[in-house]
Amino acid sequence: MTTKAFQRIYTQLEAITKATVSLRAAGVANDELAIVDGRLAQVVKIKDDLITLQIFEGTEGIPTNAEVLFFGEPPALNVSDDLAGRFFNAYGQPIDDGPAIEGERRYIGGPSVNPFRRKQPSQLIPTGIAGIDLNNTLVSGQKIPFFADPDQPYNQVMAQVALRADVDKIILGGMGLSNDDYLYFRQVFENAGALNKIISFVNTTEQPPVERLLIPDMALAAAEYFAVDKNEKVLVLLTDMTLYADALCIVSNRMDQIPSKDSMPGSLYSDLAKIYEKAVQLPDGGSITIIAVTTLNDGDITHAIPDNTGYITEGQLFLRMDTDTGKVIIDPFRSLSRLKQLVIGKQTREDHNQVMNTAVRLYADASNAKTKLENGFDLSDYDLRCLDYAKEYSTRLLAIDVNISIDEMLDTAWELFGKYFSKAETGIREALVEKYWKE
Amino acid sequence: MKSTGIVTGIISNLVTVEVNGHVAQNEICYIDLGGTKLMAEVIKISGKNAFVQVYESTRGLKQGDKVEFAGHMLEATLGPGLLSSSFDGLQNNLETMEDIFLKRGEYTKPLDHDKQWHFTPSAKPGDKVFAADWLGEVMEGWLPHKIMVPFSFDGKFTIKSIAPEGDYRIDDTIAVLTDSEGEEHKVTMVQKWPVKVAISGDIEKPRPYRVMETGVRCMDTLNPIAEGGTGFIPGPFGCGKTVLQHAIARQGDAEVIVMAACGERANEVVEIFTDFPKLIDPHTGRKLMERTTIVCNTSNMPVAAREASVYTAMTICEYYRAMGMKVLLLADSTSRWAQALREMSNRMEELPGADAFPVDITAIISNFYARAGIVHLRNGETGSVTFIGTVSPAGGNLKEPVTEATKKAARCFYALSQARADMKRYPAVDPIDSYSKYLEYPEVIGFLSERVGKDWVEKVNRTKNIIRRGKEVADQINILGDDGVPMSYHELYWKSELIDFAILQQDAFDPIDSLTSMERQEYMLTLLLDVCDTHIEFENFEECGNFYKELINILRQMNYSEFKSEQFNRYLEQLNNKLKK
Repeated sequence: MTTKAFQRIYTQLEAITKATVSLRAAGVANDELAIVDGRLAQVVKIKDDLITLQIFEGTEGIPTNAEVLFFGEPPALNVSDDLAGRFFNAYGQPIDDGPAIEGERRYIGGPSVNPFRRKQPSQLIPTGIAGIDLNNTLVSGQKIPFFADPDQPYNQVMAQVALRADVDKIILGGMGLSNDDYLYFRQVFENAGALNKIISFVNTTEQPPVERLLIPDMALAAAEYFAVDKNEKVLVLLTDMTLYADALCIVSNRMDQIPSKDSMPGSLYSDLAKIYEKAVQLPDGGSITIIAVTTLNDGDITHAIPDNTGYITEGQLFLRMDTDTGKVIIDPFRSLSRLKQLVIGKQTREDHNQVMNTAVRLYADASNAKTKLENGFDLSDYDLRCLDYAKEYSTRLLAIDVNISIDEMLDTAWELFGKYFSKAETGIREALVEKYWKE
Repeated sequence: MKSTGIVTGIISNLVTVEVNGHVAQNEICYIDLGGTKLMAEVIKISGKNAFVQVYESTRGLKQGDKVEFAGHMLEATLGPGLLSSSFDGLQNNLETMEDIFLKRGEYTKPLDHDKQWHFTPSAKPGDKVFAADWLGEVMEGWLPHKIMVPFSFDGKFTIKSIAPEGDYRIDDTIAVLTDSEGEEHKVTMVQKWPVKVAISGDIEKPRPYRVMETGVRCMDTLNPIAEGGTGFIPGPFGCGKTVLQHAIARQGDAEVIVMAACGERANEVVEIFTDFPKLIDPHTGRKLMERTTIVCNTSNMPVAAREASVYTAMTICEYYRAMGMKVLLLADSTSRWAQALREMSNRMEELPGADAFPVDITAIISNFYARAGIVHLRNGETGSVTFIGTVSPAGGNLKEPVTEATKKAARCFYALSQARADMKRYPAVDPIDSYSKYLEYPEVIGFLSERVGKDWVEKVNRTKNIIRRGKEVADQINILGDDGVPMSYHELYWKSELIDFAILQQDAFDPIDSLTSMERQEYMLTLLLDVCDTHIEFENFEECGNFYKELINILRQMNYSEFKSEQFNRYLEQLNNKLKK
């Protein structure tokens, strides 16, 4: 970022906190960027001529006579087709030794799409994973997070989903990514030969946490360029949104805001919604689909971060270790894709809806049977059949290592129904039973 | 002279303005940002400083930017053309905005000012009229849209002249009224009203006495909502709040439906935009969109306008109520509105109440719910606004300020349960926790025994008891084991499951099952109670379970069949044969 002529330089700071500095300056605009002692900062508060700036890297070592230079514009990204295949940091600067991007300069965190101009999401995104395709079908233009404990392989599953999905661009927004995971993503994308359709914005754990706040907006500004200007289908991966929210918490805390639930800022819902609501199906065919990761603390979804996320996103995919089979599965009870009804039975087979519901209901009966078993009660014949069914259902359909077509998933489910249950026990509409039942 | 001012401070969307002149609480002002006017509302005044919440992003705003005050509060524009329209929270017409993106400072007119409406007068010169009295009507699609004496007119007026039948634009004068002082006032077809003030003009607001049918069994049968009543649906995410609300919007027995999408997902509104112009209103056979108005301020739209959106929607409802219409307002979700209040209260550094919400949250919510109701108009007609709001409790915990405040204000409570949703028992309305206070109203009990059947409420209470007993014995069975309880416990448990599967659970995506007429609900409940009254001897509990599972299967097939069709009767025969054995 070069210095322009006639820019005023300020050298007298009035106050310094852990994350902010204040100084007197005139003609400064809200949200504007500045450089303080060589570090990037943003205007967050104006009171008369007293300007408060948030320093992304933190204020360690900043002297009261530090040089402050205002840019006159909010954070921006240069957009063009050259973005494809490149890696950037939170400020949109290349970190892959490639040249700087030439292109139109766009402010990040731009306005929302007029809801009336949106189109209803309608294109199924197959992943081959039955826990997703069968029970929680994804649709283009959807926003959905993985809810996972930190020890689960969420980044691997997400990379797998991204590479199998039929999209034009994949944009990775990595927040607080460990260096190992960053290299993992890089390697997986390279091995798949898909690097030319992938754009990455990465903040690793080695970098200051507050910088993360820019990552989603950067990634989505790039996504909007390809989806709106180029009518492309874009998939945005955001990992890990819990670390993003933690960064929000740090900032609001340092600005003396009154915390609400779980010491999160009261505006957490709006802050997260601003990001997730960028997912859209546009009238001219372009779309932005967001798949995110929200890590949980010991499966607790009542914490403010997963809770607010759940109210914003169109469902959630809940990863869980199934101790009966030793596999990581997509939990059919806690997972949900709100948009699945738009494609189920329309772009998939007519029996999809009933098969999906019945399979899950029988799995719930199995978990009741398991509770009975654990409490030391005798199991009925039905209970025993449910338990056997649950094991096979979990291994052959729920596990994340499954990779089959949706028709195969449905056939597998019918096979399991026929193997363990009577027609009446499934309660499926008779016309469908007659057509698909497998003895 | 309107006051002006300059910007002195900015924290996010809270802006301090130094005012030159007088300013009112809740007055609207416009901040000039390089030619773009940003709308804002005064929320606090201290000395020369007015604190305003800006309805837009304040990016790029500077100290010293100019502010112009409008001299009025946030107003809704009321007139023909509201029906079937889509507005944002500030009543900008979303359909007439050209761009894909919402441009900051772009405000569009709510109504079409060039369209000609065919006006037929119903009053005549010399008539004495008061505010909200009808002067005539225009046909707004199918709806006879009354042109009224503006709500803001105070006292008695005499009609001096009224326009003859013919085509007029909304701004044309259609009547001239003389007040008691002899001064003349022109009346057009459009009027303005401050959204935060309830529209009066009705003379009597009786207790609700009729039931509003929704076709959703767990509501209509077990806990009906009254026409002009209030209800709310709290539930953790993923429990089907929105699916339930959309079902009510599609099937509710109302003439006008206003959907306020407040701080929720944009794709849910898109679903309405996409489906409602195609779907058929089951009561009239017209397209659903012909009776629906949408006010949406989705979660990514400016936070401050969320609060405005629910008030704008309510004002539109009250306007149609004054025409003698049966109006239903659905707001999803009132928690987001409360959160918007919390964000502002926080920025103003007010002392927080529970969970950092402002302390007056209970009063604000009660005031809002109180605007619903059935009214008898001065001309003897009846109009009503029924209000159902959803609440999104943090962490699914119903002991949080917004749920508790709403519980004090609303008379029907439809608690969505995580446990039921996990078992995919939809709609996940908890049959034990939920209630409808209207079932205790003698007027409503009388209405139901006439409309549905003699002793209906008694039947409903018996049903609830079966469910309650079923829950109790299920707990016992879980503690003592299948063998540890008497046979009768299994029977009680399975009878409650019968009610659960055949009445409570309903497939919102099945064309037949999703909408159940009151006749059919009466028929099925009576049938089920008869089944529950039949005592059957079983050898062991497994036989008992299997028997009732088969009954459940038959009853579900019945629910999927057209009422009293050949198929339906066949299943009924199967059921009777089973019971005879």
